[in-house]
Amino acid sequence: MEHTADAAKAHPSNRTYVLIAVVLAVLTALEVMVFYVEALRPLLVAILMVLMVAKFCLVVGFFMHLKYDSKVLSGVFGWGLLVAFLIMLALLALYGKFTGTG
Amino acid sequence: MEKPTTGIPHRKLAMWSFIGSECMLFGSLITTYLIFKGRSLVGPYPEELLNIPFITVTTFVLLMSSLTMVLALSAVQRGDRKMSRIWLFMTPFLGLIFLLGQYLEFSHFVHEGLGLSRNLFSSSFFILTGTHGAHVAGGVLWLGTLWFLSMTGRLNKENSETVEIAGLYWHFVDVVWIILFTIIYLLQ
Repeated sequence: MEHTADAAKAHPSNRTYVLIAVVLAVLTALEVMVFYVEALRPLLVAILMVLMVAKFCLVVGFFMHLKYDSKVLSGVFGWGLLVAFLIMLALLALYGKFTGTG
Repeated sequence: MEKPTTGIPHRKLAMWSFIGSECMLFGSLITTYLIFKGRSLVGPYPEELLNIPFITVTTFVLLMSSLTMVLALSAVQRGDRKMSRIWLFMTPFLGLIFLLGQYLEFSHFVHEGLGLSRNLFSSSFFILTGTHGAHVAGGVLWLGTLWFLSMTGRLNKENSETVEIAGLYWHFVDVVWIILFTIIYLLQ
């Protein structure tokens, strides 16, 4: 079948899952540390966003197996995520959050 | 296991579609929170009440529940009944601890005078975190049911897809909290 090549690959081992959980815990600790470090205040938003996206990708990719499953599922999820993101941008723009009037 | 021509089980595709729609729900609620942020005319204000060390602990608990969830799925897929029962118990148990933390946090806020309609922060905060908490509560009930099925021998390798579907939901709840933790608590 044409879709076979796109079908699910083998899931990671338990050892990989534990490793991912350790990385998630370390990233969370880093987030909290960054929050308390006064010198990092100017970069706070950027650093926290990068760490948040990294944690998001780890859970979705490894724990939810999106990295290993069919690309159709990535498309279904990605579409919902994209629409949600566009709704957020539109609403924030509507309320003047990007122009400083909100 | 029934599969369409795409090679993806129907229920799995349905769950991912549901998760996609949930992105829009939480996206709208998060945006509402961001729009109302800093617009409260009366206190208490978020910086006076949000307890970062406490929430960090409950966040850690929810993250670890995602680990126990994948370990449960792995055990069910291997046909390891003993470990699947242990992990299927641990996951909703950790979810309950998270909900207890949320209850304590809400109680503290109300005690400090921050009721649901006190100001714009309280309204958007309670709606957003409350909706997430309701999702966690639903997941706890779902996983508790699966644990009961495993204890009565009605959950095995052949129907591991049932655990996988519940796991997708549980991880999504975890993913939402990853975003809420940053946006509400760390980006005050």
